[in-house]
Amino acid sequence: MDNESQYSGYSYKSSHSRSSRKHRDRRDRHRSKSRDSSSRGDKSVTIQTPAEPLLDAESTRGDDRDDNWGETTTVVTGTSEHSISNEDLTRLTKDLEESTPLECKRFVGPALGGCLSFFALVTPLAFLILPQVLWRDTLEPCGTPCEGLYVSLAFKLLVLLISSWALFLRPPRATLPRFFVFRCLLMVLVFLFVASYWLFYGVRVLEPREPDYRGIVEYAASLVDALLFIQYLALVLLEVRHLQPAFCLKVVRSTDGASKFYNVGHLSIQRAAVWVLDRYYSDFSVYNPATLNLPKSILSKKMTGFKVYSLDENTTNNSTGQSRAMIAAAARRRDNSHNEYYYEEAEMERRVRKRKARLVVAVEEAFTHIKRLQEDEAASSPKHPREVMDPREAAQAIFAPMARAMQKYLRTTRQQGFHSMESILTHLQFCITHNMTPKAFLERYLAPGPTMQYQQQNGRGRQWTLVSEEPVTSALRQGLVFSLRRVDFSLVVTVTPLPFLRLGEEFIDPKSHKFVMRLQSETSV
Amino acid sequence: MSFVPGQPVTAVVQRIEIQKLRQGDKLILGFSIGGGIDQDPGQNPFSEDKTDKGIYVTRISPGGPADVANLRMGDKIMQVNGWDMTMVTHDQARKKLTKQKEDVVRLLITRKSLEETVSQSKGKNPKPCTYANEKQNLNDVMYTNNVR
Repeated sequence: MDNESQYSGYSYKSSHSRSSRKHRDRRDRHRSKSRDSSSRGDKSVTIQTPAEPLLDAESTRGDDRDDNWGETTTVVTGTSEHSISNEDLTRLTKDLEESTPLECKRFVGPALGGCLSFFALVTPLAFLILPQVLWRDTLEPCGTPCEGLYVSLAFKLLVLLISSWALFLRPPRATLPRFFVFRCLLMVLVFLFVASYWLFYGVRVLEPREPDYRGIVEYAASLVDALLFIQYLALVLLEVRHLQPAFCLKVVRSTDGASKFYNVGHLSIQRAAVWVLDRYYSDFSVYNPATLNLPKSILSKKMTGFKVYSLDENTTNNSTGQSRAMIAAAARRRDNSHNEYYYEEAEMERRVRKRKARLVVAVEEAFTHIKRLQEDEAASSPKHPREVMDPREAAQAIFAPMARAMQKYLRTTRQQGFHSMESILTHLQFCITHNMTPKAFLERYLAPGPTMQYQQQNGRGRQWTLVSEEPVTSALRQGLVFSLRRVDFSLVVTVTPLPFLRLGEEFIDPKSHKFVMRLQSETSV
Repeated sequence: MSFVPGQPVTAVVQRIEIQKLRQGDKLILGFSIGGGIDQDPGQNPFSEDKTDKGIYVTRISPGGPADVANLRMGDKIMQVNGWDMTMVTHDQARKKLTKQKEDVVRLLITRKSLEETVSQSKGKNPKPCTYANEKQNLNDVMYTNNVR
């Protein structure tokens, strides 16, 4: 399941010459200190568990499991000493995560960007302060024009600060496999820019101890102007350019064919991958490995064909000849498995509907047992003291009659892995608190929701592998295919460009809408 | 009776002569017509091809001159006194039929059963039918209209 494989962090923040990088840096350091190291997972761990036998064990258990299993309230354990049950798997992964160290690579990018922007912010102030400190007495006095420049400088710096905070000071969302080209470009640009300003300053101002202070102030003001323009460039490159849709991405999940179409702008492959994953978590229904295959009862009938025995003494060509003969024989035999599949599907649907009806009735009835206590009722009924409960107790009180129906329904729709009893109780408590109807309570269980609904909010990241034949920093173009792989399924993404639209115009005069009845006259002659 | 636009129309027609009856100061024929190029052909219950905009006989008053002359309901009128009726408006058709100066109208009408009769008789008659034979035997005429 999604929430049980390994984690890592992703940082998708653009970091370049913004002045408040220092704040973010400080905050990052705070964050890393305050949380324990277990919250940052390591990317490189793979879990070597036998996934295949586990699934088979689950599915065959489901087919011949006794329906009254819930009555005896036994605990699911591993089926044999050679396989690992689901609970063991969960425990394993959690142990692994907690033992991995803090990932440093995640913070290199933001830290670098933070330093650079701090440096860039401090530079104008340094340009102003250094002459005052070093050769104050030889400086020409500079009255009103300088003060005007001070004011404009201060406000521009303030605007830089605020806009950096608004645009770039956001928690990172993803780490990309390769360098984010635009971000690197901007960081290099800022670095070169500030370095060249410092070079010029060092050579022309510090060396000869330039007395013209007004020129220095103007120089510092021009630096701040240029920083503002670089921020504009960053805004356009990182935030605005990819807003206009240019491509249509088709995302198909490899295991069950769930697909969606998205419109994106001009992005590189890795950025498009992050974009798709953002939408995957809220648009795609959760991946349920239990609903994948046709029941074995249907498929296995194909295998019991007749065996072909070769009476040849020469056994070298035996295998190929035999297999070919078997395949030919199987093809000629009349295949009725589609029939069985149809009836099995119909039977399954009927069963689900029956269980759903029972569940709905049970929940409705359970909800009638409690009602919200009004403020005045508590005071005005001393003769009939009723036990006043908080939401948790109320939920536990009404959970009992619906528990069996709920468990049977979840097992029929193979959702039992997603909802533990604790989670159902919590959800029930939540619904009671917010005055929800039984139907609103059941909404979560009647249809498989998006993957986000089943995520645990614990700050750990999700590990996805981007598989692509092109370098992942290249831009999207027509016919590109890449896939995002996870441990047990993958998303295949196909890129097609959006069609060019030729919009024509046709003017219709509102007075030109006139109608007549169709003629069908009959005349006697 | 479907036609190919641009090609001459061919149909098996029957010649019917109706004597007008004087009723008051009007000469009447005793039937009603429907259709025309300005009418809605989809509403015509008698036409096979619902795009046919010809003039059809929609009602025959029993005992009237048209009934006596063996005009049937559902007949399509191809010519009236030599005037073509396949491509006329409803009003033009009415005018051609109700000319007060004429007291006889000679119609060329066609109906589905005529074609069947012709094909049956062709089958029965072993010798090849010429135009003259047909004319004498059946009082039918192969009608060709080049208006379209």
